Order: sequence, then structure tokens, then C-alpha cells
Amino acid sequence: MGFSQETHDRAREIIARYPADRSRSALLPLLHLVQSEEGYVSPAGVEFCAEQLGINKAQVSAVATFYTMYKRRPTGDWLVSVCTNTMCDVLGGQRVYDALSEHLGVGHEETTADGTITLEHAECLAACDYGPVMTVNYDFFDKVDPDIALGVVAELQSGGRPAPTRGARLCTLKEMSLQLAGFSDTREGAVADGPAGDPTLRGLRLAQQHGVSVAGFDPNTPISGDAPAPAPSRPAPAATGSTAPDVKAPQAKSPEIRAAETRAPDAKTPAPDAPGTTVPTDRAEPDSDAEAAESAGAAANPPAGDAKPAGDNSQPQRGSLRDARSEEGTR
Amino acid sequence: MTQPRPETLQKLTPVLTKRWLSPDAWKIDVYQQLDGYAALRKVLTGTPDGRGRDADPVHPDDLIKLIKDSGLRGRGGAGFPTGLKWGFIPQGDGKPHYLVVNADEGEPGTCKDLPLMMYDPHSLVEGVIIASYAIRASRAYIYIRGEAVHAARRLRNAVDEAYRAGYLGKDILGSGFDLDLVVHSGAGAYICGEETALLDSLEGFRGQPRLRPPFPATHGLYACPTVVNNVGTISSVPYIVLGGAAWWKSMGTEKSSGPMIYSLSGRIANPGQYECSMGITLRELIELAGGMQPGHELRFWTPGGSSTPLLTAEHLDVPLDFEGVAGAGSILGTTATQIFSDQDCPVYATYRWLEFYHHESCGKCTPCREGNYWMVRVFRRILAGQGTHEDLDTLLDTCDNILGRSFCGLGDGATSSVTSSLKYFKQDYLDYIEGRTAPKLSEKALVGAH
Repeated sequence: MGFSQETHDRAREIIARYPADRSRSALLPLLHLVQSEEGYVSPAGVEFCAEQLGINKAQVSAVATFYTMYKRRPTGDWLVSVCTNTMCDVLGGQRVYDALSEHLGVGHEETTADGTITLEHAECLAACDYGPVMTVNYDFFDKVDPDIALGVVAELQSGGRPAPTRGARLCTLKEMSLQLAGFSDTREGAVADGPAGDPTLRGLRLAQQHGVSVAGFDPNTPISGDAPAPAPSRPAPAATGSTAPDVKAPQAKSPEIRAAETRAPDAKTPAPDAPGTTVPTDRAEPDSDAEAAESAGAAANPPAGDAKPAGDNSQPQRGSLRDARSEEGTR
Repeated sequence: MTQPRPETLQKLTPVLTKRWLSPDAWKIDVYQQLDGYAALRKVLTGTPDGRGRDADPVHPDDLIKLIKDSGLRGRGGAGFPTGLKWGFIPQGDGKPHYLVVNADEGEPGTCKDLPLMMYDPHSLVEGVIIASYAIRASRAYIYIRGEAVHAARRLRNAVDEAYRAGYLGKDILGSGFDLDLVVHSGAGAYICGEETALLDSLEGFRGQPRLRPPFPATHGLYACPTVVNNVGTISSVPYIVLGGAAWWKSMGTEKSSGPMIYSLSGRIANPGQYECSMGITLRELIELAGGMQPGHELRFWTPGGSSTPLLTAEHLDVPLDFEGVAGAGSILGTTATQIFSDQDCPVYATYRWLEFYHHESCGKCTPCREGNYWMVRVFRRILAGQGTHEDLDTLLDTCDNILGRSFCGLGDGATSSVTSSLKYFKQDYLDYIEGRTAPKLSEKALVGAH
């Protein structure tokens, strides 16, 4: 299908948010945009994105299939997501999901026969203090149980719009996709919707109730010279608790590694990484901070053989494995 | 409900969360009445109220030094010193610099950044402007988790307000400093919380981690010098600019300074957000949260999300700062303490986490992609009452093959709950295998497990 003029205009607006030679950054919002017109990312939507960015359809599809929120089949107006990650599951999330699945007669990522509701089980929705949670088009219903969840869905089925516990009043999945594409919610007062729930404020209220606050805050504290001069901050490893010897980061290799990492663009795509690959490595006068970075980063994260990247310290996990192994031995 | 003791209450340090009590603090005029944008004025005009117009702006290097002096460490899980990270950005290199805020909160158990952006979005925007000024970036991005639409709505509104007020755009507060800020929504991929995967995603690719080095400090977004910081880290900056490094260090411990938002969930009387001095213990946090739920006794917990090895009741007095938790064999992570009781099964909990890692593995590295796939199946077999003793060896061997053999920390994180639950709760596994515990999963779940 042809996309509307409005969608074309919006696509231009999205692309303009990013540097002119980096238009591919607009791909995720563009995929949200085509979903806002069609309700899912159709082959036509993929083609639209490819045309807007001057890349090919395979490149767009590769991205569209990677992310959970891009739906590849027609999706209902109401996407009901139930968290079944560990905490919500333990608190009853799986029972909520099962009840909805039975009531609606659909499973994960399936849509009811009338095309209105799509059900999915979701991974952690970052609201564990309100668990178990579910969302409708990503707005939250907190502390749900099967009865509450069935009530919400029944209201949706009868054409109503139940009010989420937090966040704004509900909008359809297409309308939500437009917000995800980076356009403001234009509904009157929608941004103001949603008071903070009790768990969010719990620690604060406790402090308020007992008159606890942080002393000594003076906004006029001078920016330099207010702290006792610390010991020279490099070498930095002290702060990261590592005693590993400095390992020189293989800076000379960077361009090759980088090149290996460079995805194959097509002829029309400007090589995304070309300008940046050589400059820092060729500098005659290395920046001292950058060198400190190198030694700190590398020292704090000794490479684990197979080019394990520095930056993730897996020592505790290694210890946990070792301990579990010795448990095993004592059996 | 038990009342917390006064000395425990004194460990509450409402700083980053303080404005949440003001219902309209997300609006710029209310924010400005509550010290809002005072730190930015202090940086760009010399005084918090903007009256020192003749004063010179603070030199960016002085800001970096201030953050170094404060001892601020990243709030996203790794705890890297923030000032040091800023200092890594090569200056005078003629390339554009970028600040990217990692707002892709998704680590199971973690729920501190979304309320911050929902109820105090301007503090993040103000932090972004100051941090960008310090690293000489004229473009910044906030990569916010796609599902977090409620927070993104407020954040986009805050950015629009900041543009209208002249805090973003050209020549901010007459200082000659320009900054554009874009709020970029993700599309549902946990892996994009990993900084290099996030950068690939922001460039319009599949979110898959990059090999490091080179690090983002020299080859980040568009292969240019980039700082990637967590929401909590950047939101701390205005407070440090106003209150000073010494004040910031009056909270927390020697190597882990400042306040930290502890997110408590699970079997406690009052789950929620508790901003406390770094180094508080779980015993004290549970006290603040009104104790365990009636009839529940603490059995296991995560100190900082599901990627950190489980701890048990014997770790109630471990100081929850970076060093303390590492000393107990785990990781402070995102201070997402998920609290489980004697009524919860560590084997089942681990199984659900593995389902998560299996789903969220980006597929780039074989050990993580295949290892998690198969571990899920082994767990299903154990939980369906058909496990064998060899399955436990298989799990540990698989963990050994994942750990340290993937590009990023996702694979490492997946092994945490497996090895730590086997370390502390092996009997629970044996009870399934030897038939003492009733199967928790039906055989229907076993397709492909053999």
C-alpha cells in the first residue's frame, strides 16, 4: 500500500533529527512510524523505510526482525503484555497470563478472532516493586491478579478504555507507535496523567515522616577547590579494585578490528565508519587521559583469552562457578 | 509492621528522588522552583541564580575534575568512575563528540531509572547539558527503552520545554555553547542496555555488541568519541555541581560515594524505591521496608538484578557498595534487590531467568546463543521431574563454556544464577532429580529437551 502524505512528511522530520550523513539512525523510529500507520511492520513498511534511507530491504528486515516491539503480523488495537519474568511470575504473573490466555483463546503473540486484542508474555517491564504487572499498549496496570486482569480485558472487549494505574489514559497501538517514533503525545493533558504510586514514594515518605534529610547542601559551593586535593587520579586502577598489571590495549589493531566490525553497506550507503577509523590512532601526541583510559580499562578488565572484551568484570561469576564446581566434587 | 530504628532511618538520603514528592516537578516551572537548572546556570554563568553574568563559565576540565573528585561511579551496574570516563574523551581531535544516555532499563529487578524520568525528567536533561558541556559534545541522545512510554512521554515534554526555555539549542544562556538533544526510543531488546549494542542500535542496526577495544571513548557513536552513561549517573551531576564533591562524598563509603537508589521487590512488606547512603545492608533495607511479609523467611536474593550471583540469608550484613558485594562473591549491579523467601524455589527462579537470557541473547556469540537455549531445556527436564545427576554437571560445563567466551556481559550474567543457585541450593536440585519435590512443570514443556 502507499503510505499517506502525512507519514512521508513525518519520515522527513524523523530523518532530520540525526546528522545528515547518519540518516540510518532514523531506522528504528521509522519502523515505529510505519507501524503507526499499518499496525504492524508489513513488507510495504519495510520497503518504505528502505526507500527513505536509501538502503535495501534486506537491511531493513534484518533490523525489523531483531526487535520484539516490531510486530510482523497484523496486531490488535490493544496489545496486552503480562510480565512472566521471575519476580512477577513468583508473585502470580503466570497465573494472570494463563487466565487471560484461556479467556481470550489465544497464546503468545496471537490475536483474537475479532482482531482487537493481542496477547503476549513479556520480559521484565522494570516495575518489580509493583509486581505482578501487565501493560496495555505499554501503559501499566500494577499488582494485577487474574480477576483484575480479566476485568481490564473485558472492558477493552466491550469497547471501553480502562484507566492504567500509572501513566496516561490508553491510546491505540497505532497511536502509541507514533509516540515511539518520537512525536509528542498531543492529547490534552495526557502528559500530566498518572500520579506516582506508593512503592515509588515509599522511601521518600519514610524520610519525610521522620524528618531525615541530607545535611550540608550548599548550592553556592565553589566548583573548583572545594574538595581536598585527591591523590593524582591516575593510574586509575585503584578505584576499580584491580591489581592486575597494566595491559597495553592493542591500539594499533583498532582499525582492523573496527573494519571487521563494519557491516557491509550497499553502494548507496555512505561507509558508516570510515571517517573515524584512523584519526585517534594516528595522532602524533597521544592524549594523556586517553592513555590513562587505556591502562585503566585494560588493567581493570584483564582480557580473558579469546578476545574477551575489557569492560565486563566477570570475576565474581568465575568465583561462583568455581564454588559450584567444588560443591559438586563433595557430593 | 515493624518500625525501623532511628539509626537505620538516618541512612535514607533523599537526593535524586527528592523531587518525586512534588507532583508537578516534571514541569519546568516547578522544577526551577526546586533548584532546577541552577547547576546549569552555575556552570555557564558562574552563579546558581544566573546573577553572575559577568563571571566566566566554568572551564569544562574543571567540571571533569569535580566529577572525578566526587568519586561518582556509574549507576548502570559496572560502577566505572564517571569522571575518568569523561576524561578519556580526546580533546582537540577535530571530531564531533557525543553523549549517549543509557535509559534502556531492563535488567530483571531494576526499576529506578523509569520513575526518575517519569517524576523528575528535567534533572536528567540538566545533567545531559552539563555533561555534554564538559566533554565538548554538541549532540546528545537519550536512548530510552521502547516499552517505557510513560517515562518517554514526560521526557520528550521536558526536552521540548528545555528548548523553549533556551537551555537547549544554540548559544545556551549566552555562553556560546550549543547542544541538541534527541530522545530515541528503542524497540524491545534487553541487549541494547549493553553500551556497544546500544550504539549499534542507535546507528540503525541490530543491537549487537561490538568487540572492544576500541572503546566508545575513542570509537563510539559514528566511530567518534562518545560517553555512554546511565540515567542515574547523569542525573547525579547537577547535585554534585551545586553541592560540591565533598558534600557528595559525605554520603556512601570511601570508594563508593554518594546516595544510591535501592529497588526492593518481592517478599517484603513494602516493596519500593529507597534512596540510601551507599553501603547500607540488606538487613537495614528490609527493616526500612517494614520487614518480610508475614509467614515468609528470607532465603535468597539478588543484590543487583538477575545477572548478579544470588546471595542468601548469611549475607544480610554485607555492605551494599561496589567493594562489599564483590567481597561476598557477587556484584552490586543496579542495586535491584529482588527478595525471595522460603516459599520460593531457587531452581524455578533460575529457570525463569534463563528463559529470559535465552530470549534476549542477541545471537551474535555461539556460546551465549546455544548455551542458554540448551540450559533452558535442561532446567525444564529437571523441573518436570526427569532430570539426572549428570544434568548438574552439564549445567556447570555449559556455564564454563559461556562465561568469558561472549562479546558482552549478557552471557556472563546468564551463568550467575545457575552457578550461585547450584552453589547454595544444590539440595533443591537433587530433590527434583531424586523425586522428593513434586514436578513443577508438566511434560508438555519438554519438547526438544532430550
